[in-house]
Amino acid sequence: MTEATAYRPARPNLVSDEPQNLSRGKVGISCLIITESFFFVCFIVAYLYYIVILQVEDGGPDPAVLFRADIMVYIASVTLLSSSVTVVLASRALARGAHDKFRSWLAITILLGGFFLFATILEWMHLIGDLGMWMNTSSLGSCFFSLVGFHALHVVVGLSALSLCLLISFRGRLPEQQAERFEVLSWYWHFVDVIWLFVFTTVYILRVYT
Amino acid sequence: MTVLPRNSTAKPAPSSPGVLERVHEWVVTIDHKRLGIMYISAGILFFLVGGIEAGVIRYQLAYAANPTIDPVTFNQMFTMHGTTMVFLVGMPVLLGFGNYLTPLMIGTRDMAFPRLNAWGFWVFLFGGLLLYYSFIGSSGLYGAPGAPDVGWFAYSPLTTRAFNRGNNVDYWTLGILVSGFGSMATGINLVVTILCLRCKGMKLMRMPIMVWSMLVTGFLVMIALPVLTAAQVMLLFDRFFGAHFFDPQLEGSVLLWQHLFWFFGHPEVYILIIPAFGFISEIVPVFSRKVIFGYTMMVVALVWIAFQSMGVWAHHMFAVGLPPSLNAFFAASTFLIAVPTGIKIFNWIGTIWGGRIIYKTPMLFALGFISMFVIGGLTGIMLATVPFTWDVSDSYFVVGHFHYVLFGGTLFSIFGAVYYWFPKMSGKMLSERLGKLHFWVLFIGFNLTFAPMHVSGMLGMPRRIYTYAPDRGLDIWNLLSSIGYGVQFIAILIFVWNILYSLRKGEDAGDDPWDAWTLEWATTSPPKAWNFNPLPVVKSRRPLWDAKHPEDPDHEYE
Repeated sequence: MTEATAYRPARPNLVSDEPQNLSRGKVGISCLIITESFFFVCFIVAYLYYIVILQVEDGGPDPAVLFRADIMVYIASVTLLSSSVTVVLASRALARGAHDKFRSWLAITILLGGFFLFATILEWMHLIGDLGMWMNTSSLGSCFFSLVGFHALHVVVGLSALSLCLLISFRGRLPEQQAERFEVLSWYWHFVDVIWLFVFTTVYILRVYT
Repeated sequence: MTVLPRNSTAKPAPSSPGVLERVHEWVVTIDHKRLGIMYISAGILFFLVGGIEAGVIRYQLAYAANPTIDPVTFNQMFTMHGTTMVFLVGMPVLLGFGNYLTPLMIGTRDMAFPRLNAWGFWVFLFGGLLLYYSFIGSSGLYGAPGAPDVGWFAYSPLTTRAFNRGNNVDYWTLGILVSGFGSMATGINLVVTILCLRCKGMKLMRMPIMVWSMLVTGFLVMIALPVLTAAQVMLLFDRFFGAHFFDPQLEGSVLLWQHLFWFFGHPEVYILIIPAFGFISEIVPVFSRKVIFGYTMMVVALVWIAFQSMGVWAHHMFAVGLPPSLNAFFAASTFLIAVPTGIKIFNWIGTIWGGRIIYKTPMLFALGFISMFVIGGLTGIMLATVPFTWDVSDSYFVVGHFHYVLFGGTLFSIFGAVYYWFPKMSGKMLSERLGKLHFWVLFIGFNLTFAPMHVSGMLGMPRRIYTYAPDRGLDIWNLLSSIGYGVQFIAILIFVWNILYSLRKGEDAGDDPWDAWTLEWATTSPPKAWNFNPLPVVKSRRPLWDAKHPEDPDHEYE
């Protein structure tokens, strides 16, 4: 009989016959992804509604200013999307027990994600600092900063989690049992990337080119 | 928490733990049974508070030109009443039952993510407390503290800085935002638990309908709640960063708020009714001594309702002047959703038909549910008719309608569920005599309150108005509603007394007082820590029937 913790009763000789049909982690992260998608859909809808359909003009810079950040945004997008590939490579390496490869691919993933974040910061500095844009300057500001901002926030969360894994793996080998957990985390990272496709299309393609 | 059953715990009863120790055990618990009980208890406490707010409303409207309550307070009362009943009573009580029952019914030892479960409860509770703190801590319309006063759906431009200079709207936004995180966590937890942790043989199509209803509710929570969260975040951006989402003076759109809110809001009412369907689908067969009629269609209808509930939201907006094509679409989809709901009603009647009906309190509430919910459903179909809604929109007819659905429906089923599962949770039976009294007094009081609202509504009584003129023919209907409130108040007192009395002096329940068939009755009352050891193996939809009747098991027929 194991020692009872304060919050959880001891497990007195429980038969370990819990069903192993589906992975809790994978189903759980899928549910979280569905939930988060609906959250993002609202901000995309708001952007489409005000900026693409109504084309509200209430002062502040024109959507074409986003066009000027063009090259950087394209590069950053490619970077972010390719980090989805590297995270898969890291995950597979971990499952094989190839620790050095895991570390390198994970580090590359973090660098790629970090570059994306850096590009976002540069763009925001340009828009806020040089052009004086913010949420209260126009509908474009409200929609742009909330949508892109929430995506960036998710990138930050993902990067933090990935960095934590890297940190742990430097302190010692990640046991193979953690491979599935890392895969669950990689699913979240894929989600962050895929959402960016929609954000990118909405913000940089639909309005700028219509 | 001292009212709660003590021995539902897991520990092998340490020698007389002090009060502090016992409270500590409840605070740090991650046991789904305790969390479920805490959800339900907190929900019932909020229910009493929300009921008192309703009492203030009914008192003020009892007669024409009543000078007692000023309009500002009145606005706060109906806002807090609606918000409380939807977010702090309906959802936590239903999710609490889901929490308590789902692992027991599918034959497992806890939820998929026990810590997340505890987090969800505490976040919900403190979200609710944050909302209620506004009564003393916010700055309302005239700078004095006051609760939010913008209605439970907080339409713009009432929520814009121009019309709401204090911060009580922010209490509404943040309180509900925070408790919404808890609901989403619980929704995800329920779905993962049901998909991943079913015991051996518990195929999806062998799960009790209650578990199906929780699966569907979990999905709806996952889809609807983030939309509310997003809308509330936009509202916060509007109010704190000066964003332009919903403020019409800044080219914002009040319609976008309405669309987002009701895209959440309509699935939300199904979040509030689908678990109720689940309760009724468990109670009706047991007290008719028959298997549920049309199990497959019951499941299909649940899933159908859930899908379609995402395509009916604009029927809350018929009066705002949407294009006729949109109105027609949403009217049609609203009519159509009556079909799966009707299937469920007929299947319950089919279950009762020819059964040996036992009129115990849970069954009385189930029958009350079916009849009252049908009335609410029928007025719902009336309201789906666009021209009719143009006449009665925002009148007491609508108030009468949704109270028949949410009170006559959801709340009746909750009471039925409390009477049905209280023996399992506490090991004590609730008093049958008090229970029947509770039902009949509540039934009469309920109809006395809400039936006259249909009439006063059609006579032109608008909702959310703090007084009315004496010569409009509204007096008698409002007076009847207010008297009905008093009757219901007595019924609720009987209920509370019944709980307190039965916890101390109730008969011992035994493991299976209703001779029921689902797995939770295979455990002790209250169930031990970790529920089952070893885990059960099921072969049919009624595992306990199989166990009790080995000569005629169900699985030979399914």
